[in-house]
Amino acid sequence: MTATGIGASVRRTEDHRFITGKGQYVDDINRPGQSYAVFVRSPHAHATLKKIDISAAEKAPGVLGIYTGDDLAADKVGGLICGWLIHSKDGSPMKAGAHPALAQGKVRYVGDHVAVVIAETLAEARDAAELVAVDYDVLAPCVDLAKAQANGQPQVHAEAPNNTVYAWHLGDKAAVDAAFAQAKHVTKIDLVNNRLIPNAMEPRAAIGEYDTGQGGFTLYTTSQNPHVARLVLSAFNGIAPENKLRVIAPDVGGGFGSKIFIYAEETVCIWAAKKVGRPVKWTADRTEAFLSDAHGRDHVTTAELAMDADGKILALRANTKANLGAYLSTFASSVPTYLYAPLLSGQYNIPAIYCEVDGVYTNTAPVDAYRGAGRPEATFVVERLVEVAARQLGTDPAEFRRKNFITSFPHETPVIMTYDTGDYDASMRKALEMADYANIGKRKAESAKQGKLRGVGFSAYIEACGIAPSKAVGSLGAGVGLWESAEVRVNPVGTVEVLTGSHSHGQGHETTFAQLVSHRLGIPIEQISIVHGDTDKVQMGMGTYGSRSGAVGMSAISKALDKVVAKATKVASRCMEVPETEVDFTDGVFSGRGTNKSMAFGEVALQAYVAHKFDSSEIEPGLKEGAFYDPKNFTFPSGVHIAEVEVDPETGVTRIDRWTAVDDFGILINPMIVEGQVHGGIAQGIGQAMLENAVYDANGQLLTASYMDYCMPRADDLPSFDVAMTTTACPSNPLGIKGCGEAGAIAAPAALINAITDAIGHENLAMPATPQTVWRAVQKAPSKMAAE
Amino acid sequence: MYAFDYHRPATVHDAQGLLKDGAKLLAGGQTLIPTMKQRLASPSAVVDLGAIGELRKIEQNGNALVIGAMATHAEVAGSKTVMSALPGLAGVPGAIGDPHVRNSGTIGGSVANNDPAADYPAAVLALGATVITSKRQIAADNFFDGLFTTVLGEDEIITALSFPLGAKFGYAKFANPASRYALVGVAVAQRGSEVRVAVTGAGSNGVFRVPAMEAALAKSFTPAAITSVKADASGLMSDIHADAAYRANLIGVMAKRAVEAAA
Repeated sequence: MTATGIGASVRRTEDHRFITGKGQYVDDINRPGQSYAVFVRSPHAHATLKKIDISAAEKAPGVLGIYTGDDLAADKVGGLICGWLIHSKDGSPMKAGAHPALAQGKVRYVGDHVAVVIAETLAEARDAAELVAVDYDVLAPCVDLAKAQANGQPQVHAEAPNNTVYAWHLGDKAAVDAAFAQAKHVTKIDLVNNRLIPNAMEPRAAIGEYDTGQGGFTLYTTSQNPHVARLVLSAFNGIAPENKLRVIAPDVGGGFGSKIFIYAEETVCIWAAKKVGRPVKWTADRTEAFLSDAHGRDHVTTAELAMDADGKILALRANTKANLGAYLSTFASSVPTYLYAPLLSGQYNIPAIYCEVDGVYTNTAPVDAYRGAGRPEATFVVERLVEVAARQLGTDPAEFRRKNFITSFPHETPVIMTYDTGDYDASMRKALEMADYANIGKRKAESAKQGKLRGVGFSAYIEACGIAPSKAVGSLGAGVGLWESAEVRVNPVGTVEVLTGSHSHGQGHETTFAQLVSHRLGIPIEQISIVHGDTDKVQMGMGTYGSRSGAVGMSAISKALDKVVAKATKVASRCMEVPETEVDFTDGVFSGRGTNKSMAFGEVALQAYVAHKFDSSEIEPGLKEGAFYDPKNFTFPSGVHIAEVEVDPETGVTRIDRWTAVDDFGILINPMIVEGQVHGGIAQGIGQAMLENAVYDANGQLLTASYMDYCMPRADDLPSFDVAMTTTACPSNPLGIKGCGEAGAIAAPAALINAITDAIGHENLAMPATPQTVWRAVQKAPSKMAAE
Repeated sequence: MYAFDYHRPATVHDAQGLLKDGAKLLAGGQTLIPTMKQRLASPSAVVDLGAIGELRKIEQNGNALVIGAMATHAEVAGSKTVMSALPGLAGVPGAIGDPHVRNSGTIGGSVANNDPAADYPAAVLALGATVITSKRQIAADNFFDGLFTTVLGEDEIITALSFPLGAKFGYAKFANPASRYALVGVAVAQRGSEVRVAVTGAGSNGVFRVPAMEAALAKSFTPAAITSVKADASGLMSDIHADAAYRANLIGVMAKRAVEAAA
């Protein structure tokens, strides 16, 4: 291997341009003749659009065009789609209302798109937007998820009676009922998984452009998956055929899921570029981001765990209402179903599981995938249940988990997953040691002397990553396959360009993907370039989300590299006049076994292009190979996080004293980047558990629409993290990678709430556990550890 | 932001002359500029006080610490003069916002804006400071007049704040986790037999004093003296971050901590 190969903590090569201000984000791009779009948004959560009067706005200085839903309809621009069809338990398909890019007839949440104003300057567009007079007939909104399905509630879409998009289920109800009937102990808990707003550092942005000469469109957009955007804009919105539609997602400053989706704004910008005959640029301001980025989480769940007399888990039952918001975003339907319920077995041997999920419309912003997407919600259910069960049984929470861990693999869960490998007890043992769990009693006593309450909480999480085997997800309703593509282009002097369908928006692919190539071809990473994010350069790809780009994207590169090496071996064999079977390739050098003949990789590349030394009817000149890789299974990263906190009972302030994370991500390409992903994920998970909360009032107004009210984690909210790894290589992909991008966000909330409840002697506590929430709990006597 | 005229006068007198027809003073801009960017404020003109050097002075003047209205939070927090004359005061601007805010925002701007969650009003009221304006001198007790409101006239400019010396002063702030403004901030000052306790962040009518705590602390200037003095929750703000009962609790806790910190 080279110094820049697999396993080396290489510094991120892309960071130089980011930290010196040379990144090229969408808003940094300016096109000749560019105009600016401002969206007129609904100030009401629910209203009928009686009239949109643009007469005054049209006359305002600099205005180039003002369009409404009627104009999109007249041009037959299709609505936004949801790409995953869920069927209810009665077999009926989900009931979805239309999702036009600009509202038609009704608005359904505060921030819904009513009209677009395009003008010479941003200030002129804003001025004119204020002159668009919209006559609303305000309707009562449906805001409260818990009540949304009740009779008599305002109906968000006529297509979905009682606001129910689907009533889905997974698992064996009869088996679960039977197990509960014979259980010696049942633990029941009510949980709310709070709504979050993604808050990528870079807000969403788009530039649409139409070239009258070529008759083609270009869209610059903040996307995690530009090819999927092109597919949808072409096949469903009908903007242009794919060969006349180029989508570029340049540097993107964070996504966390929120930039997977195809939104109204980019759809309108690219369509309108042809209407006004000018490039049209839109960049969200932060308030627009709060209002209209797809939000995350927002579940209400009742969950139960059945155990036998020995504390062995017999069954798990969960009933969840999932808020989908006012419209179905691109993958909204899959998040609380197939990305959630299949993870309810956690790390445990649970013979029977049954989960019901109702997907519910409300007059709030659409909800879709956000870092972890369904899996944090599942882990929160399992790890809170297990913790409370252990306390009720008077068993040490770590021991209770160990007693119920899955220990043999492959393991088929009752919720359609087959875990391939893992060693859960190894992670637990290591975490207990690192966290000095043996001495927690002493530390609790010391805190008590200072008038503080100390607690410790565990989260033994599992996630399903490497999304996903195409045939399997197709059978579950996905509209697309979830393979990945790669092309490895070797230049004549041996430098390499890798074209990938993955998209980097902070993950460091330009470094880690190059490390794989460096490792395999024996060349330094300086000679390797990673190309992504442009549909004119990379033919097709599925993008980056669900911790898939190592396990799936790099596996595609690995497959293409196999082909490159195979062909280069042929060329080397002819050049060295050594039989192919006797050519070895090690550390970037081809050599003839038992001879003193050798050629460096670059020399072979040159020979492949000059094509003097082989018969080109037998071997094609050139050295360029492509591959599509479709995963055989999900991957199953897992680990144990232990949070230790100290609560000030006077104020309810929780100080996180220690955080131990032991994760099994399989083989690591760049341990430094992996550790960074763990840190970021934990920070987001702590954000959910203690700080972040999207709050709508009863009228559907978003009360947390700025950083004055929406609390993002800051450095001083976080402890230093103790991070370590255990390793079981993933058997289903060639690199043994499992994925690490979401683990922290999945593990952290349960660990933290378990720790705080341990400190204050309560069973349950709502997220976010703000100082007020904790203080209020402390005022009450510790809750009874009552069992049913 | 809507269009507006911009002035940068060299003297207070010139600035005062420009304050007409809905013109607004710019004294750091940490509230005004964001409000204008969001199109929530649309002054006809902005009169920037940034070029008036005399407004930045920080000096000890006999028995008073006089801080120019345009002294930034960072300048006050880092001032040796403040440290030696009234050491507890330096921590007040030191806890405001972030470095960007502290290097732009000013004491005069903060006091004139009278945000109910701002830190300075509590210190000004507890220390019994005098607000010196282009027209008169106003005692702190008479200056603040409800949310975002003061007794300042349309064309009146704060030029300095004068803090009498010889007080033990402490400030304890419980920051709103999101905005880091004061959810509750309590300033406590003891001067001879007089104790003043001022609370920011909590009152639905802005900064206020707590006579019951002042009386208890006048008898014994110790945290224990106010353990049993419960702050009244009526008249306190309730919002998504904290309700009145929690704020009332925090007033008690922060008051004790301010007494502990008083120097």
